[in-house]
Amino acid sequence: MQQLIFFIRKYKYFLYFLLLQIIAFSLTINNHSFHKSKFVSSANYITGGINNKTSSISEYLNLKSENTILVEENKQLKNKVEKLLFSIKNPVTSPLKDTLNPLLQFEYVNGKTIANEYSKTYNYLTINRGKNHGIKPEMAVVNSKGIIGITDYSSNKYSRVQSILNKNSKINAKFKNSDHFGTLTWNAKDYNIVQLEDIPRQAVYKTGDTIITGGKSTIFPEGILIGTILENLESASALNVINIKLFNDMSNIGPIYTIKNFDKEEIENLETNFNE
Amino acid sequence: MNKLFNNILLFFFLFLLQVLILNNIQLFDYVNPYLYIVFIFVYPYDKSKFSLLSFSFLLGLFIDFFSNSGGIHASASLFIAFIRLYVFKIVFQKTEADFDFFSLNEEPFGKIFNYTVILTIIHHFILFSLINFSFHNFPNVITDTLFSSVFTLLLYFLGSFIFSRKQS
Repeated sequence: MQQLIFFIRKYKYFLYFLLLQIIAFSLTINNHSFHKSKFVSSANYITGGINNKTSSISEYLNLKSENTILVEENKQLKNKVEKLLFSIKNPVTSPLKDTLNPLLQFEYVNGKTIANEYSKTYNYLTINRGKNHGIKPEMAVVNSKGIIGITDYSSNKYSRVQSILNKNSKINAKFKNSDHFGTLTWNAKDYNIVQLEDIPRQAVYKTGDTIITGGKSTIFPEGILIGTILENLESASALNVINIKLFNDMSNIGPIYTIKNFDKEEIENLETNFNE
Repeated sequence: MNKLFNNILLFFFLFLLQVLILNNIQLFDYVNPYLYIVFIFVYPYDKSKFSLLSFSFLLGLFIDFFSNSGGIHASASLFIAFIRLYVFKIVFQKTEADFDFFSLNEEPFGKIFNYTVILTIIHHFILFSLINFSFHNFPNVITDTLFSSVFTLLLYFLGSFIFSRKQS
């Protein structure tokens, strides 16, 4: 016993260092597993509040470029409205839907990013929407130019978003002109370029083709823009991997939309019951 | 008492500087200065070793909160706080008895340079290895360490030059 006390006394400096280092390491390791990193995150009350203040300053400086983006988006939306009005005026006989109960599948919640990172291997964003606005983990985050990420943890007012520039990120994506689909990942090299993996070999594609989300997952609706094919990485090997240039500039993200999927639980229930 | 207050002020100054300004600097897209480790260089040498460990751990942890990085800054800054004593003994050729009268400003520039370069490179190397968290992109870790170290040290020497001139 005396030996033990003597040992602790002699090495107390090193033991204290070891204790703190173990805490730091366990926090680091926890941070790398999805849905566990709740303690050290930029979505809590203090960090969210400070980030919110600073982003409201930088937001003011970016007003001009934000305006042009909004005008661009307005233009697209107006075009869509015109198309819909046209189809209402000129009805085509189509299979009747249940018009009394037109259930929406998706709802968009607007918000803005208050912190953004893109130069690490595991990148996260923070947005100023949380549980109070109906945000839950595993909801899609997009902006007018395309895909951004998936929410992974929300506090009352803020949420943390796992960016597509995160090595843990895996998203179902497909070609716009065919229905062959693959998995969207990131190799942590360039923040403008992501990778599409596991593409069927019979898929035909060329440089410049558009890639969109596949709608096979319950998170992203089908048809959200991702990017264009840059070049073929390893066409000869079994891993069919292509480089994709994102439409979004991930270093410059302001307003975003979070997408709620009302049918998510239903689809997931169906799939789990079916598997059993 | 006044000294303790100064240290706490320095702690929060470096913390806010790092989180609000320096974390947003991405020179050439990837190079980022981590100036907060200056706290560990200038923390008084006559104070208890335990308080230095605790303070550097907390400083790292606070910065982790803002960059969603688990405990990597805490881990790296804790490590250089731990080895500070040993590097100090080797570089300045002094023992613990000299701590009471030691001041970083009165040492020759060459020794200060060696001392800060060693600690900065070790800190950045641990930091980028943990950020990467695999052996996959190892060359990237080395280049990131070198470039960011140069940037951090440049800022530190500029800052110390400006502030030490003011005092004399």
